[in-house]
Amino acid sequence: MDSRQLLAQLFPHGHEVTIADDFISGTATLDGQGISVIGTSSHTPIGVEIALAQARAVLATVRDYPQRPILLLVDTQGQRLRHRDEMLGINSYMAHLGKCLELARQSDHKIIALVYDQALSGGFVTSGMMADACYALPGATIRVMGLPAMARITKVAEEKLTALALHNPVFAPGPKNYERMGGVQAIWNGDLAQCLRDALLQADPRDQRSELGQQRGGRRKSQQVIDAVMLQAAQTAQVE
Amino acid sequence: MSSYLEATARQRVAALISDFTEFLPPAKEWTSPHLPQLNAPVSFDDGVIIGRGTIDGKQVYVAAQEGGFMGGAVGEVHGAKLVGLMRAAVIHKPQALVLLAESGGVRLHEANAGLIAVSEVMRALLAVRAAGIPVIVVIGGSNGCFGGMGIVSRCANVIIMSEEARLAMSGPEVIETANGVEEFDSRDRALVWRTTGGKHRYLLGDCKMLVADDDAAFKAAIVQGMQDSIQSEVALSLAALEAEQEMLTARLQDFGNKTDPMDIWAAMGVEHPEDIAMLDTQVFLQLTASIRQTERQHG
Repeated sequence: MDSRQLLAQLFPHGHEVTIADDFISGTATLDGQGISVIGTSSHTPIGVEIALAQARAVLATVRDYPQRPILLLVDTQGQRLRHRDEMLGINSYMAHLGKCLELARQSDHKIIALVYDQALSGGFVTSGMMADACYALPGATIRVMGLPAMARITKVAEEKLTALALHNPVFAPGPKNYERMGGVQAIWNGDLAQCLRDALLQADPRDQRSELGQQRGGRRKSQQVIDAVMLQAAQTAQVE
Repeated sequence: MSSYLEATARQRVAALISDFTEFLPPAKEWTSPHLPQLNAPVSFDDGVIIGRGTIDGKQVYVAAQEGGFMGGAVGEVHGAKLVGLMRAAVIHKPQALVLLAESGGVRLHEANAGLIAVSEVMRALLAVRAAGIPVIVVIGGSNGCFGGMGIVSRCANVIIMSEEARLAMSGPEVIETANGVEEFDSRDRALVWRTTGGKHRYLLGDCKMLVADDDAAFKAAIVQGMQDSIQSEVALSLAALEAEQEMLTARLQDFGNKTDPMDIWAAMGVEHPEDIAMLDTQVFLQLTASIRQTERQHG
Protein backbone atom coordinates (compact mmCIF):
# COMPACT_ATOMS: atom_id res chain seq x y z
CA MET A 1 0.00 0.00 0.00
CA ASP A 2 1.13 3.55 -0.75
CA SER A 3 2.33 5.29 2.41
CA ARG A 4 0.11 8.37 1.89
CA GLN A 5 -3.00 6.23 1.44
CA LEU A 6 -1.99 4.30 4.52
CA LEU A 7 -1.68 7.47 6.62
CA ALA A 8 -5.09 8.64 5.42
CA GLN A 9 -6.67 5.34 6.47
CA LEU A 10 -4.89 5.21 9.83
CA PHE A 11 -5.74 8.81 10.66
CA PRO A 12 -8.98 9.72 8.87
CA HIS A 13 -9.24 12.98 10.86
CA GLY A 14 -5.94 14.19 9.49
CA HIS A 15 -2.32 14.16 10.58
CA GLU A 16 0.91 16.14 10.41
CA VAL A 17 3.13 13.41 9.09
CA THR A 18 5.54 14.15 6.25
CA ILE A 19 7.48 11.90 3.92
CA ALA A 20 10.82 13.28 2.76
CA ASP A 21 13.49 11.16 1.05
CA ASP A 22 11.58 8.03 2.07
CA PHE A 23 11.72 9.03 5.75
CA ILE A 24 8.31 9.22 7.43
CA SER A 25 7.96 11.39 10.52
CA GLY A 26 5.49 13.56 12.31
CA THR A 27 2.55 13.57 14.66
CA ALA A 28 -0.95 12.26 14.29
CA THR A 29 -3.93 12.22 16.61
CA LEU A 30 -6.16 9.29 17.44
CA ASP A 31 -9.12 9.92 19.78
CA GLY A 32 -7.40 13.06 21.03
CA GLN A 33 -4.18 11.18 21.81
CA GLY A 34 -1.00 12.37 20.07
CA ILE A 35 1.06 9.65 18.37
CA SER A 36 4.60 9.91 17.01
CA VAL A 37 4.73 8.34 13.57
CA ILE A 38 8.19 7.21 12.41
CA GLY A 39 9.15 5.02 9.49
CA THR A 40 10.31 4.52 5.92
CA SER A 41 8.69 4.25 2.51
CA SER A 42 9.32 3.10 -1.08
CA HIS A 43 11.17 -0.07 0.03
CA THR A 44 14.11 2.17 0.89
CA PRO A 45 17.27 0.40 2.03
CA ILE A 46 18.22 1.28 5.61
CA GLY A 47 21.56 3.04 5.50
CA VAL A 48 23.32 5.00 8.21
CA GLU A 49 21.43 8.26 7.50
CA ILE A 50 17.90 6.93 7.71
CA ALA A 51 18.70 4.78 10.74
CA LEU A 52 20.01 7.89 12.47
CA ALA A 53 16.99 9.98 11.38
CA GLN A 54 14.60 7.43 12.88
CA ALA A 55 16.62 7.30 16.10
CA ARG A 56 16.54 11.10 16.34
CA ALA A 57 12.75 11.08 16.04
CA VAL A 58 12.45 8.42 18.76
CA LEU A 59 14.72 10.36 21.13
CA ALA A 60 12.79 13.60 20.47
CA THR A 61 9.58 11.80 21.44
CA VAL A 62 11.10 10.43 24.66
CA ARG A 63 12.57 13.82 25.56
CA ASP A 64 9.64 16.10 24.67
CA TYR A 65 6.49 13.98 24.86
CA PRO A 66 6.56 11.63 27.87
CA GLN A 67 4.56 8.44 27.34
CA ARG A 68 3.30 9.44 23.91
CA PRO A 69 2.79 6.25 21.84
CA ILE A 70 5.03 5.56 18.86
CA LEU A 71 3.84 4.02 15.59
CA LEU A 72 6.57 2.56 13.38
CA LEU A 73 5.69 2.20 9.70
CA VAL A 74 7.88 -0.38 8.01
CA ASP A 75 8.70 -0.60 4.32
CA THR A 76 12.30 -1.52 3.52
CA GLN A 77 14.25 -3.84 1.27
CA GLY A 78 16.71 -4.39 4.16
CA GLN A 79 20.00 -2.87 5.21
CA ARG A 80 21.90 -0.87 2.57
CA LEU A 81 24.57 -3.07 0.99
CA ARG A 82 27.37 -0.53 0.49
CA HIS A 83 31.03 -0.43 1.47
CA ARG A 84 30.61 3.11 2.84
CA ASP A 85 27.90 2.04 5.29
CA GLU A 86 30.06 -0.80 6.55
CA MET A 87 33.09 1.46 6.86
CA LEU A 88 31.07 3.91 8.98
CA GLY A 89 29.77 1.06 11.16
CA ILE A 90 26.18 0.58 10.02
CA ASN A 91 25.66 -2.05 12.73
CA SER A 92 26.31 0.70 15.31
CA TYR A 93 23.70 2.96 13.68
CA MET A 94 21.14 0.15 13.63
CA ALA A 95 21.91 -0.90 17.20
CA HIS A 96 21.51 2.76 18.21
CA LEU A 97 18.00 2.83 16.71
CA GLY A 98 17.14 -0.38 18.53
CA LYS A 99 18.46 1.01 21.82
CA CYS A 100 16.47 4.24 21.39
CA LEU A 101 13.28 2.20 20.93
CA GLU A 102 14.10 0.13 24.00
CA LEU A 103 14.67 3.32 25.99
CA ALA A 104 11.24 4.52 24.82
CA ARG A 105 9.66 1.30 26.05
CA GLN A 106 11.47 1.53 29.39
CA SER A 107 10.17 5.11 29.62
CA ASP A 108 6.54 3.89 29.27
CA HIS A 109 5.96 4.70 25.61
CA LYS A 110 3.79 2.15 23.85
CA ILE A 111 5.37 1.09 20.56
CA ILE A 112 3.32 -0.41 17.74
CA ALA A 113 4.82 -1.38 14.38
CA LEU A 114 3.04 -2.00 11.10
CA VAL A 115 4.67 -3.70 8.12
CA TYR A 116 2.58 -2.10 5.37
CA ASP A 117 4.68 -3.21 2.42
CA GLN A 118 8.11 -4.90 2.70
CA ALA A 119 10.18 -5.93 5.69
CA LEU A 120 13.49 -7.61 5.04
CA SER A 121 16.02 -8.86 7.55
CA GLY A 122 18.48 -6.24 8.79
CA GLY A 123 16.26 -3.26 8.01
CA PHE A 124 13.47 -4.72 10.09
CA VAL A 125 15.20 -6.21 13.10
CA THR A 126 15.99 -2.89 14.82
CA SER A 127 12.72 -1.16 13.90
CA GLY A 128 9.49 -3.16 13.60
CA MET A 129 10.82 -6.11 15.58
CA MET A 130 11.74 -3.82 18.49
CA ALA A 131 8.09 -2.76 18.95
CA ASP A 132 5.86 -4.03 21.76
CA ALA A 133 3.86 -5.67 19.00
CA CYS A 134 4.45 -5.83 15.26
CA TYR A 135 1.48 -6.07 12.92
CA ALA A 136 1.30 -6.50 9.15
CA LEU A 137 -1.08 -5.80 6.29
CA PRO A 138 -2.25 -8.94 4.43
CA GLY A 139 -0.28 -8.11 1.28
CA ALA A 140 2.98 -7.37 3.09
CA THR A 141 6.23 -9.16 2.32
CA ILE A 142 8.30 -10.28 5.32
CA ARG A 143 11.39 -12.38 4.93
CA VAL A 144 15.09 -12.80 5.49
CA MET A 145 15.60 -13.79 1.88
CA GLY A 146 13.66 -15.34 -0.98
CA LEU A 147 13.58 -19.10 -1.52
CA PRO A 148 15.85 -18.96 -4.63
CA ALA A 149 18.63 -17.20 -2.68
CA MET A 150 18.08 -19.52 0.28
CA ALA A 151 18.38 -22.52 -2.05
CA ARG A 152 21.70 -21.20 -3.36
CA ILE A 153 23.19 -20.64 0.08
CA THR A 154 21.89 -23.76 1.81
CA LYS A 155 22.49 -25.91 -1.30
CA VAL A 156 19.04 -27.40 -0.93
CA ALA A 157 16.96 -27.60 -4.13
CA GLU A 158 14.41 -24.81 -4.45
CA GLU A 159 11.62 -27.35 -5.16
CA LYS A 160 12.40 -29.07 -1.88
CA LEU A 161 12.40 -25.76 0.01
CA THR A 162 9.10 -24.80 -1.58
CA ALA A 163 7.59 -28.13 -0.49
CA LEU A 164 8.96 -27.78 3.05
CA ALA A 165 7.69 -24.21 3.22
CA LEU A 166 4.12 -25.49 2.92
CA HIS A 167 4.32 -27.10 6.35
CA ASN A 168 7.15 -25.33 8.19
CA PRO A 169 6.82 -21.54 8.54
CA VAL A 170 10.52 -21.31 9.35
CA PHE A 171 11.36 -21.70 5.66
CA ALA A 172 8.52 -19.68 4.19
CA PRO A 173 8.30 -15.90 3.84
CA GLY A 174 5.13 -13.93 4.44
CA PRO A 175 3.16 -12.31 7.28
CA LYS A 176 1.02 -15.40 8.00
CA ASN A 177 4.13 -17.46 8.73
CA TYR A 178 5.58 -14.75 10.93
CA GLU A 179 2.25 -14.64 12.74
CA ARG A 180 2.40 -18.40 13.39
CA MET A 181 5.93 -18.01 14.73
CA GLY A 182 4.90 -15.16 17.05
CA GLY A 183 7.00 -12.55 15.23
CA VAL A 184 3.86 -10.81 14.01
CA GLN A 185 1.12 -10.23 16.56
CA ALA A 186 -1.73 -10.21 14.02
CA ILE A 187 -2.64 -9.21 10.49
CA TRP A 188 -4.73 -6.08 10.13
CA ASN A 189 -7.83 -6.07 7.97
CA GLY A 190 -10.61 -3.53 7.44
CA ASP A 191 -10.69 -0.34 9.53
CA LEU A 192 -7.02 0.42 10.15
CA ALA A 193 -7.75 3.24 12.62
CA GLN A 194 -9.71 0.76 14.73
CA CYS A 195 -6.90 -1.81 14.40
CA LEU A 196 -4.43 0.77 15.71
CA ARG A 197 -6.77 1.75 18.56
CA ASP A 198 -7.05 -1.92 19.62
CA ALA A 199 -3.31 -2.48 19.28
CA LEU A 200 -2.55 0.46 21.58
CA LEU A 201 -4.98 -0.90 24.18
CA GLN A 202 -3.38 -4.35 24.04
CA ALA A 203 0.26 -3.21 23.92
CA ASP A 204 2.40 -5.11 26.41
CA PRO A 205 6.03 -4.21 27.12
CA ARG A 206 6.95 -7.86 27.81
CA ASP A 207 8.48 -9.80 24.93
CA GLN A 208 6.02 -12.67 24.50
CA ARG A 209 6.93 -13.76 21.00
CA SER A 210 8.39 -17.15 21.92
CA GLU A 211 5.27 -17.97 23.96
CA LEU A 212 3.08 -16.92 21.04
CA GLY A 213 5.15 -19.04 18.66
CA GLN A 214 4.60 -22.04 20.92
CA GLN A 215 0.85 -21.44 21.32
CA ARG A 216 0.38 -20.97 17.60
CA GLY A 217 2.53 -23.97 16.73
CA GLY A 218 4.86 -22.14 14.34
CA ARG A 219 7.91 -22.08 16.60
CA ARG A 220 7.62 -24.76 19.25
CA LYS A 221 11.17 -25.24 20.45
CA SER A 222 12.15 -21.71 21.42
CA GLN A 223 10.02 -21.39 24.55
CA GLN A 224 10.92 -24.95 25.65
CA VAL A 225 14.60 -24.06 25.47
CA ILE A 226 14.14 -20.77 27.32
CA ASP A 227 12.19 -22.53 30.10
CA ALA A 228 14.79 -25.31 30.39
CA VAL A 229 17.67 -22.83 30.64
CA MET A 230 15.91 -20.79 33.28
CA LEU A 231 15.08 -23.92 35.29
CA GLN A 232 18.71 -25.11 35.25
CA ALA A 233 19.95 -21.65 36.19
CA ALA A 234 17.56 -21.62 39.16
CA GLN A 235 18.64 -25.12 40.23
CA THR A 236 22.36 -24.31 40.18
CA ALA A 237 21.68 -21.07 42.05
CA GLN A 238 20.05 -23.08 44.85
CA VAL A 239 22.94 -25.54 45.14
CA GLU A 240 25.23 -22.82 46.48
CA MET B 1 50.62 -16.79 24.42
CA SER B 2 47.61 -18.93 23.62
CA SER B 3 45.67 -17.88 20.52
CA TYR B 4 41.99 -17.05 21.02
CA LEU B 5 41.44 -16.84 17.25
CA GLU B 6 42.02 -20.51 16.55
CA ALA B 7 40.40 -21.90 19.71
CA THR B 8 36.98 -23.55 19.83
CA ALA B 9 34.19 -22.01 21.91
CA ARG B 10 34.70 -24.67 24.59
CA GLN B 11 38.43 -24.01 24.72
CA ARG B 12 37.74 -20.29 25.12
CA VAL B 13 35.34 -20.89 28.00
CA ALA B 14 37.89 -23.19 29.65
CA ALA B 15 40.66 -20.59 29.23
CA LEU B 16 38.68 -17.58 30.48
CA ILE B 17 36.16 -18.89 33.00
CA SER B 18 36.72 -20.74 36.30
CA ASP B 19 34.21 -23.10 37.97
CA PHE B 20 32.12 -23.27 34.81
CA THR B 21 28.71 -24.96 35.01
CA GLU B 22 27.02 -25.43 31.66
CA PHE B 23 23.28 -24.92 31.23
CA LEU B 24 21.71 -27.34 28.73
CA PRO B 25 24.87 -29.39 28.17
CA PRO B 26 25.07 -31.17 24.78
CA ALA B 27 22.10 -33.48 24.19
CA LYS B 28 20.07 -34.72 21.27
CA GLU B 29 17.03 -33.07 22.82
CA TRP B 30 18.46 -29.62 22.17
CA THR B 31 19.41 -29.96 18.53
CA SER B 32 17.80 -27.92 15.79
CA PRO B 33 14.40 -29.28 14.70
CA HIS B 34 14.83 -27.68 11.27
CA LEU B 35 18.27 -28.71 9.99
CA PRO B 36 17.43 -32.43 9.55
CA GLN B 37 14.64 -31.46 7.13
CA LEU B 38 17.37 -29.95 4.92
CA ASN B 39 19.66 -32.96 5.45
CA ALA B 40 22.08 -30.62 7.21
CA PRO B 41 24.12 -31.85 10.20
CA VAL B 42 23.06 -30.87 13.71
CA SER B 43 25.15 -30.08 16.77
CA PHE B 44 24.23 -31.20 20.28
CA ASP B 45 24.76 -27.67 21.58
CA ASP B 46 23.40 -25.97 18.42
CA GLY B 47 26.61 -23.97 18.18
CA VAL B 48 26.49 -22.11 21.48
CA ILE B 49 27.64 -22.94 25.00
CA ILE B 50 25.96 -21.18 27.91
CA GLY B 51 26.40 -21.31 31.65
CA ARG B 52 27.79 -19.66 34.74
CA GLY B 53 31.19 -19.44 36.32
CA THR B 54 33.64 -16.98 37.76
CA ILE B 55 36.26 -14.67 36.38
CA ASP B 56 38.68 -13.00 38.75
CA GLY B 57 36.53 -14.44 41.56
CA LYS B 58 33.37 -12.70 40.36
CA GLN B 59 30.18 -14.51 39.32
CA VAL B 60 29.45 -14.20 35.62
CA TYR B 61 27.02 -15.67 33.14
CA VAL B 62 28.71 -16.69 29.91
CA ALA B 63 27.74 -17.58 26.35
CA ALA B 64 30.23 -18.68 23.69
CA GLN B 65 29.32 -19.10 20.04
CA GLU B 66 31.06 -21.89 18.11
CA GLY B 67 32.22 -20.62 14.73
CA GLY B 68 32.97 -24.18 13.66
CA PHE B 69 29.27 -25.02 13.51
CA MET B 70 27.52 -23.16 10.69
CA GLY B 71 29.75 -20.14 11.32
CA GLY B 72 28.16 -19.56 14.72
CA ALA B 73 24.90 -18.56 13.05
CA VAL B 74 21.77 -18.03 15.14
CA GLY B 75 18.98 -20.59 14.68
CA GLU B 76 15.88 -21.15 16.82
CA VAL B 77 17.55 -23.20 19.58
CA HIS B 78 20.82 -21.24 19.52
CA GLY B 79 18.92 -17.95 19.90
CA ALA B 80 16.62 -19.34 22.61
CA LYS B 81 19.64 -20.50 24.65
CA LEU B 82 20.97 -16.93 24.59
CA VAL B 83 17.55 -15.50 25.51
CA GLY B 84 17.12 -18.03 28.35
CA LEU B 85 20.57 -17.20 29.73
CA MET B 86 19.86 -13.47 29.63
CA ARG B 87 16.45 -13.80 31.29
CA ALA B 88 18.02 -16.00 34.00
CA ALA B 89 20.71 -13.33 34.50
CA VAL B 90 18.01 -10.74 35.25
CA ILE B 91 16.73 -13.02 38.05
CA HIS B 92 20.01 -14.28 39.54
CA LYS B 93 22.05 -11.11 39.03
CA PRO B 94 25.60 -12.21 38.20
CA GLN B 95 28.19 -9.41 38.21
CA ALA B 96 28.37 -9.44 34.43
CA LEU B 97 27.15 -11.23 31.35
CA VAL B 98 30.01 -12.13 29.02
CA LEU B 99 29.24 -13.01 25.41
CA LEU B 100 32.08 -14.58 23.42
CA ALA B 101 30.58 -13.73 20.04
CA GLU B 102 31.48 -15.44 16.79
CA SER B 103 28.69 -15.46 14.27
CA GLY B 104 27.67 -14.78 10.68
CA GLY B 105 24.29 -13.63 11.99
CA VAL B 106 20.94 -15.26 11.22
CA ARG B 107 21.22 -18.95 10.26
CA LEU B 108 19.74 -18.93 6.79
CA HIS B 109 18.62 -22.57 7.08
CA GLU B 110 16.13 -21.41 9.72
CA ALA B 111 15.81 -17.92 8.36
CA ASN B 112 12.57 -16.65 9.86
CA ALA B 113 13.10 -18.23 13.28
CA GLY B 114 16.67 -16.92 13.33
CA LEU B 115 15.58 -13.37 12.57
CA ILE B 116 12.95 -13.35 15.31
CA ALA B 117 15.47 -14.92 17.69
CA VAL B 118 18.03 -12.17 17.02
CA SER B 119 15.52 -9.49 17.96
CA GLU B 120 14.56 -11.48 21.08
CA VAL B 121 18.26 -11.60 22.00
CA MET B 122 18.52 -7.82 21.52
CA ARG B 123 15.61 -7.18 23.84
CA ALA B 124 16.80 -9.74 26.39
CA LEU B 125 20.31 -8.22 26.38
CA LEU B 126 18.93 -4.73 27.00
CA ALA B 127 16.80 -6.12 29.84
CA VAL B 128 20.02 -7.44 31.41
CA ARG B 129 21.47 -3.92 31.24
CA ALA B 130 18.22 -2.50 32.65
CA ALA B 131 18.72 -4.80 35.65
CA GLY B 132 22.08 -3.10 36.27
CA ILE B 133 24.19 -6.00 35.00
CA PRO B 134 26.92 -4.99 32.54
CA VAL B 135 27.14 -6.91 29.27
CA ILE B 136 30.61 -7.49 27.85
CA VAL B 137 31.06 -8.77 24.29
CA VAL B 138 34.33 -10.37 23.19
CA ILE B 139 35.07 -10.69 19.46
CA GLY B 140 38.16 -12.56 18.34
CA GLY B 141 37.15 -15.61 16.32
CA SER B 142 38.01 -16.24 12.68
CA ASN B 143 34.37 -15.99 11.56
CA GLY B 144 34.05 -12.46 12.94
CA CYS B 145 30.76 -11.01 14.17
CA PHE B 146 28.29 -10.09 11.44
CA GLY B 147 24.65 -9.51 10.64
CA GLY B 148 22.24 -9.58 13.53
CA MET B 149 25.03 -10.42 15.96
CA GLY B 150 26.93 -7.33 14.79
CA ILE B 151 23.90 -5.34 15.94
CA VAL B 152 23.47 -7.32 19.17
CA SER B 153 27.14 -6.69 20.02
CA ARG B 154 26.69 -2.93 19.76
CA CYS B 155 23.89 -3.17 22.33
CA ALA B 156 26.45 -4.26 24.96
CA ASN B 157 28.22 -1.95 27.44
CA VAL B 158 31.70 -2.99 26.34
CA ILE B 159 33.15 -4.60 23.22
CA ILE B 160 36.62 -6.13 23.35
CA MET B 161 38.31 -7.07 20.06
CA SER B 162 41.62 -8.30 18.78
CA GLU B 163 43.04 -6.74 15.64
CA GLU B 164 42.31 -9.97 13.76
CA ALA B 165 38.64 -9.77 14.79
CA ARG B 166 36.02 -8.38 12.44
CA LEU B 167 32.79 -6.59 13.33
CA ALA B 168 30.26 -5.44 10.73
CA MET B 169 26.75 -5.89 9.37
CA SER B 170 26.78 -7.37 5.83
CA GLY B 171 29.71 -9.54 4.83
CA PRO B 172 31.88 -8.35 1.92
CA GLU B 173 30.69 -11.28 -0.23
CA VAL B 174 27.06 -10.23 0.23
CA ILE B 175 27.85 -6.65 -0.78
CA GLU B 176 29.91 -7.76 -3.76
CA THR B 177 27.10 -10.08 -4.91
CA ALA B 178 24.53 -7.29 -4.60
CA ASN B 179 26.47 -4.35 -6.01
CA GLY B 180 29.51 -5.63 -7.84
CA VAL B 181 33.20 -6.11 -7.22
CA GLU B 182 33.88 -2.38 -7.71
CA GLU B 183 31.62 -1.65 -4.71
CA PHE B 184 33.46 -4.03 -2.37
CA ASP B 185 36.07 -6.53 -3.55
CA SER B 186 35.63 -9.37 -1.07
CA ARG B 187 38.96 -10.91 -2.14
CA ASP B 188 40.90 -7.76 -1.29
CA ARG B 189 41.82 -8.97 2.18
CA ALA B 190 43.57 -5.75 3.16
CA LEU B 191 40.46 -3.70 2.29
CA VAL B 192 38.17 -6.15 4.12
CA TRP B 193 40.39 -5.90 7.18
CA ARG B 194 40.64 -2.08 7.03
CA THR B 195 36.86 -1.83 6.81
CA THR B 196 35.75 -4.39 9.40
CA GLY B 197 38.85 -5.19 11.49
CA GLY B 198 39.59 -4.47 15.14
CA LYS B 199 41.90 -1.50 14.62
CA HIS B 200 39.34 0.43 12.55
CA ARG B 201 36.54 -0.36 14.99
CA TYR B 202 38.77 0.76 17.85
CA LEU B 203 39.69 4.05 16.20
CA LEU B 204 36.02 4.75 15.42
CA GLY B 205 35.10 4.01 19.03
CA ASP B 206 32.85 1.04 18.25
CA CYS B 207 35.03 -1.22 20.36
CA LYS B 208 36.30 -0.04 23.73
CA MET B 209 39.33 -2.25 24.12
CA LEU B 210 41.74 -3.71 21.61
CA VAL B 211 43.95 -6.58 22.75
CA ALA B 212 46.48 -8.96 21.27
CA ASP B 213 45.20 -12.36 20.12
CA ASP B 214 45.90 -14.03 23.44
CA ASP B 215 43.56 -15.65 25.99
CA ALA B 216 45.28 -13.91 28.90
CA ALA B 217 44.94 -10.51 27.25
CA PHE B 218 41.23 -11.07 26.60
CA LYS B 219 40.73 -12.21 30.18
CA ALA B 220 42.48 -9.15 31.60
CA ALA B 221 40.34 -6.94 29.38
CA ILE B 222 37.11 -8.58 30.60
CA VAL B 223 38.18 -7.99 34.22
CA GLN B 224 38.99 -4.37 33.33
CA GLY B 225 35.63 -4.00 31.57
CA MET B 226 33.81 -5.26 34.64
CA GLN B 227 35.70 -2.84 36.87
CA ASP B 228 35.00 0.10 34.55
CA SER B 229 31.30 -0.77 34.59
CA ILE B 230 31.10 -0.27 38.34
CA GLN B 231 31.71 3.45 37.86
CA SER B 232 29.46 3.93 34.85
CA GLU B 233 25.77 3.77 34.13
CA VAL B 234 24.94 0.27 32.93
CA ALA B 235 21.31 0.75 31.88
CA LEU B 236 20.20 2.77 28.87
CA SER B 237 19.58 6.45 29.57
CA LEU B 238 18.34 9.40 27.55
CA ALA B 239 21.57 11.28 28.23
CA ALA B 240 23.79 8.44 27.02
CA LEU B 241 21.72 7.80 23.91
CA GLU B 242 21.64 11.51 23.06
CA ALA B 243 25.44 11.49 23.36
CA GLU B 244 25.57 8.47 21.07
CA GLN B 245 23.24 10.22 18.62
CA GLU B 246 25.64 13.17 18.58
CA MET B 247 28.68 10.92 18.17
CA LEU B 248 27.14 9.01 15.25
CA THR B 249 25.99 12.27 13.62
CA ALA B 250 29.49 13.73 13.93
CA ARG B 251 30.99 10.55 12.48
CA LEU B 252 28.74 10.87 9.46
CA GLN B 253 29.60 14.56 9.04
CA ASP B 254 33.33 14.07 9.49
CA PHE B 255 33.85 10.85 7.56
CA GLY B 256 30.74 10.37 5.40
CA ASN B 257 32.57 11.62 2.30
CA LYS B 258 35.57 9.30 2.73
CA THR B 259 35.97 6.24 0.56
CA ASP B 260 38.66 4.26 2.37
CA PRO B 261 39.16 3.72 6.10
CA MET B 262 42.73 5.03 5.69
CA ASP B 263 41.24 8.43 4.72
CA ILE B 264 39.28 8.37 8.00
CA TRP B 265 42.42 7.54 10.01
CA ALA B 266 44.28 10.39 8.28
CA ALA B 267 41.40 12.78 9.03
CA MET B 268 41.61 11.70 12.67
CA GLY B 269 45.26 12.69 12.71
CA VAL B 270 47.08 9.40 12.12
CA GLU B 271 50.29 10.51 10.42
CA HIS B 272 51.06 7.37 8.44
CA PRO B 273 47.78 5.51 7.94
CA GLU B 274 49.46 3.12 5.51
CA ASP B 275 51.60 1.80 8.39
CA ILE B 276 48.67 0.98 10.69
CA ALA B 277 48.09 -2.51 9.31
CA MET B 278 51.58 -3.70 10.21
CA LEU B 279 51.76 -2.27 13.72
CA ASP B 280 51.86 -4.63 16.66
CA THR B 281 48.84 -4.10 18.95
CA GLN B 282 50.77 -2.41 21.78
CA VAL B 283 52.61 -0.06 19.43
CA PHE B 284 49.34 0.76 17.68
CA LEU B 285 47.65 1.57 21.00
CA GLN B 286 50.49 3.85 22.08
CA LEU B 287 50.65 5.60 18.73
CA THR B 288 46.91 6.27 18.56
CA ALA B 289 46.25 7.00 22.24
CA SER B 290 46.30 10.75 21.78
CA ILE B 291 44.14 10.88 18.65
CA ARG B 292 41.40 8.56 19.74
CA GLN B 293 39.11 11.30 20.94
CA THR B 294 35.70 11.31 22.47
CA GLU B 295 34.50 8.75 19.95
CA ARG B 296 34.39 6.03 22.56
CA GLN B 297 30.98 6.99 23.94
CA HIS B 298 28.73 3.93 24.06
CA GLY B 299 24.95 4.25 24.39
